[in-house]
Amino acid sequence: MLLEQIINGITLGSIYAIVALGFTLVFGVLGIINMAHGEIFMIGAFIGVLITSVFGLPLWIAFLAAIGVTAILGYMLERIALRPLRGKQGVSHLAPLISTIGVSILLENLSHHIFGAGNHPFRHSFAQIQFQVGSITIYLVQILIFAISITLMVVLSYWLSKTKAGKALRATAENLETASLLGVNTKRTITTTVILASALGGIAGILVGMAFNSVNPQMGLSMGLKGLAIIILGGMGNVKGAMAGGLLLGLTETMIVAYGDSGYRDAIAFITIIFILLLRPQGIFGKNTAEAGR
Amino acid sequence: MRNSLKKVYLLISVLMVVMLAACGEDNTNTSNASENSGGPVSAKIGVISYMTGPGAAYGEAITNGFNLALDEINEKGDVKIELVIEDSAGKQDQAMTVAQKLMSSDDIVALLGPTLSTEMNVVGPEADINGIPIMGTSTTAAGIPQIGEYVFRNSIPESLAIPAALEKAVNKYGVKKVAILYGNDDLFTQSGFDTMKAEAEKMGLEIVTIETFQKGQSDYNAQLTKIKDLQPDLILASALYNEGAVIMDQARKMGIDLPFVGGNGFNSPQVIEIAGEASDGLIVATPWFGEKDDPKVQEFVKKYESAYGHKPDQFAAQAYDALYIMAEGLKNAGEADRDALRDALAEIKDLDGILGKFSFDEDGDVIMEPTVLIIKDGAFQQFE
Repeated sequence: MLLEQIINGITLGSIYAIVALGFTLVFGVLGIINMAHGEIFMIGAFIGVLITSVFGLPLWIAFLAAIGVTAILGYMLERIALRPLRGKQGVSHLAPLISTIGVSILLENLSHHIFGAGNHPFRHSFAQIQFQVGSITIYLVQILIFAISITLMVVLSYWLSKTKAGKALRATAENLETASLLGVNTKRTITTTVILASALGGIAGILVGMAFNSVNPQMGLSMGLKGLAIIILGGMGNVKGAMAGGLLLGLTETMIVAYGDSGYRDAIAFITIIFILLLRPQGIFGKNTAEAGR
Repeated sequence: MRNSLKKVYLLISVLMVVMLAACGEDNTNTSNASENSGGPVSAKIGVISYMTGPGAAYGEAITNGFNLALDEINEKGDVKIELVIEDSAGKQDQAMTVAQKLMSSDDIVALLGPTLSTEMNVVGPEADINGIPIMGTSTTAAGIPQIGEYVFRNSIPESLAIPAALEKAVNKYGVKKVAILYGNDDLFTQSGFDTMKAEAEKMGLEIVTIETFQKGQSDYNAQLTKIKDLQPDLILASALYNEGAVIMDQARKMGIDLPFVGGNGFNSPQVIEIAGEASDGLIVATPWFGEKDDPKVQEFVKKYESAYGHKPDQFAAQAYDALYIMAEGLKNAGEADRDALRDALAEIKDLDGILGKFSFDEDGDVIMEPTVLIIKDGAFQQFE
């Protein structure tokens, strides 16, 4: 039973981690919390359901479509809700937060009207492939989720630290004006980041659909809040921190249910986060200079 | 910033404000022409329903049921009813606000709803003080009709449905050990859990574990793995169908083949739609059985399906019957008066509806015989 619960915890944690990666990217560069991320994640899940269950197309098309749609949403989020507010005089630093909240409510209600309020099953034969090891059932999806989350983390870390675009992104994160003076196209960098983060949300959405077979318009909210907690736990704007934080939260939650009382799951998980933050206020992987960026 | 762009933004803001204002008006510009001028009694009834948010599926089914009944009743012409529908969003404070808005309008003679028992617990007492009859069509927690003499319901309480289902399941499968799983953030599923626990204890069953979950959760693997390990003979699940169906799906995937006993909220054809084959083995007691060999029931199902594209669930059926009960009350009262309507409602006996023969007891609670159903081969069937 322990092994099974660990697998459950890692699956959940990996999904948390992918959601948190999207959060952390936007926060790292723009210094804003993108409250619409959870809803973009939910749209990704719905696109997956639509492509596989309704149109009966193969899974890779679903992935491409989900990434495509969420990337477009990310672009629109940046152009409509974020860019007009940036660098303008008299705009409160909370304004982008509020405008992302607006987008999140819009997306939730929109999908509610289009898809209805209920749960939508994600029927795909790929989600049924399983291995039996003793009394333990492992699904291919669970392995896939873990592999995708690790791959994304490695690729993102590499991209951020080694490539030119990644360097431009970090420069922008450090100081927008200086980076722009030094010839970095900050507008494009920011747009790329928001698109990338949204596409990550889309991937996470489709994975949740496959793993838990439950897609509904409200799934974005709780996932968004968890993602937020994770980036604070892992260290704001830190890619490894998002990964570690996600896995930690997923495993903690699962273990509390397995060996404690499921009624206190979220309470204990969040109390743990508070204690970790008391010990390391900057988060597990956070640097003390995390605030110096802007 | 360029001036033209600024103007566009200004224009959009103004348009939004105008739209907002228009939305507000929508509900108030109903005509006042519906006073009784001889002929059939005409009355306005306020509806408070859960139409946006996580439980919006219930509000949708309920208002669909009302609208279907409304057309039929007005066509028949014994009484003329007009519905004023408000959204409670499943929140107590919003339910209260819209209820007060409806109550303060003198031409509204009765309220239908709100959807959740939690909402009824705050709206019910207020309606009782104001002397306006209120009838819940989906409020099944204990103690609702006891709030006051103006408070009614036509939904079978969990305390009647769950024992009926559990008893049949225990006898059939020789159950000794049960696991209980319930949503701990909703009065409805909590009250279902209380009934399950009390009933299981009364029947001398061993409860191996009690697990909880929250609305909108998507991963139940941790709880289910634990339950699987403890090897019960039956799982009692006090869940709404949205969560319940996903729970069953994940349980079957994990290799848990046990029967499930659910409460009222678990009873919906949507369970089969969402969970597919995994829903086989769900046992529920219900006032509503859509396959019943009754022309009234079949006609309702056919009409509902052609109007809304899917099969009605219990909530739609209860709402449908509720409006008929109101219509009967109005007809007997003979005038659109709140007190007269209350007295007429309390008198209702053996009214034939799609749920069966319906009567109120002295508290305003339901008297009805539930049917026990099981999902087998992808369809609800009578459980013997």
